[in-house]
Amino acid sequence: MAVFGLWVINKAGGLVYNRDFGEGLAKLTSNEYLVLAGTLHGIHAITSRLSPTSSSSGAQVIEGESFKMTIFLTATGTKFVLLTSLSNMSADVILHKTYEIYSDTVMKNPFHTPEMPIRTEGFDSRIAALMAAFA
Amino acid sequence: RSIIYDRNLNKTRAAEVSYSAFAFLFSEAIQYTQKRVSGIADMERRLSTLGYRVGIRVLELMSWRGESTSKAPKREIRLLPALSYIHTQVWKTLFGKPADAIQKSVENDDEYMIVDNDPPITRHISIPREMSQLNCSALTAGIVEAVLDGLGFPARVTAHSMPTDANPSATVILIKLDRSVVEREEALK
Repeated sequence: MAVFGLWVINKAGGLVYNRDFGEGLAKLTSNEYLVLAGTLHGIHAITSRLSPTSSSSGAQVIEGESFKMTIFLTATGTKFVLLTSLSNMSADVILHKTYEIYSDTVMKNPFHTPEMPIRTEGFDSRIAALMAAFA
Repeated sequence: RSIIYDRNLNKTRAAEVSYSAFAFLFSEAIQYTQKRVSGIADMERRLSTLGYRVGIRVLELMSWRGESTSKAPKREIRLLPALSYIHTQVWKTLFGKPADAIQKSVENDDEYMIVDNDPPITRHISIPREMSQLNCSALTAGIVEAVLDGLGFPARVTAHSMPTDANPSATVILIKLDRSVVEREEALK
């Protein structure tokens, strides 16, 4: 029932926020995270074209053997990606709440430049509180 | 559809403004100011001026509305009732609830402090570490300064963060009254 990590990817595919929760995760360099996020952005775009029906969004859940990746695409092209254990059922709720926190603390913050890496204290503290509430 | 200047001022007395809309507007005002200032002190001064222009209009509007509702509208001419008017009525008009506390400074007889534990206008603003002395409640300080000026109590009003454990975003609006005001209050006692 654990949440492993949260990524926020801007509309160009660049990683603007990356945070690990819980222990036991492989330590990657920031460059590796950037590459992974960019790759995911590309895969998401491809999966939206692979659908047999025409109106389809990209992949929403990617499951592996030991983890699950839930992707929430906003109307503006920002992606919120949550990495959780397979048994976690609240990924969608968490991502919706994350979007709310993002709109409040990041978008309304005059000291944040849109599409740039998120260095906002309000966002950090509210995300920490959210993850603690869902732990 | 009537133009906005012809609408009755009393009709909108209980109207509410979208909090998010205001947050975006204020955020843009801060970004606009940031590009045109030379430092933090200048920035706070500009926000305070912006607040001053809001304050004079707020005082006029509140006085006008007060006249039309009560039989004997009162204008505060003594200091303590005026400060109480600001910390309850003005705060209620602007933010929907009275301020959390008002205190008189122990060291100086011309200083008073209005405390707000979670100022609504700065709730979503995260100041970067390099600018930690900036307090965007300078806007509120400007509003208070204008109301005091309008009531006849000239003062210098500034905003300062006083985080506590319970209220990390608590802000104090520090009112430093003009010497003339203190002397006048003494004479009237």
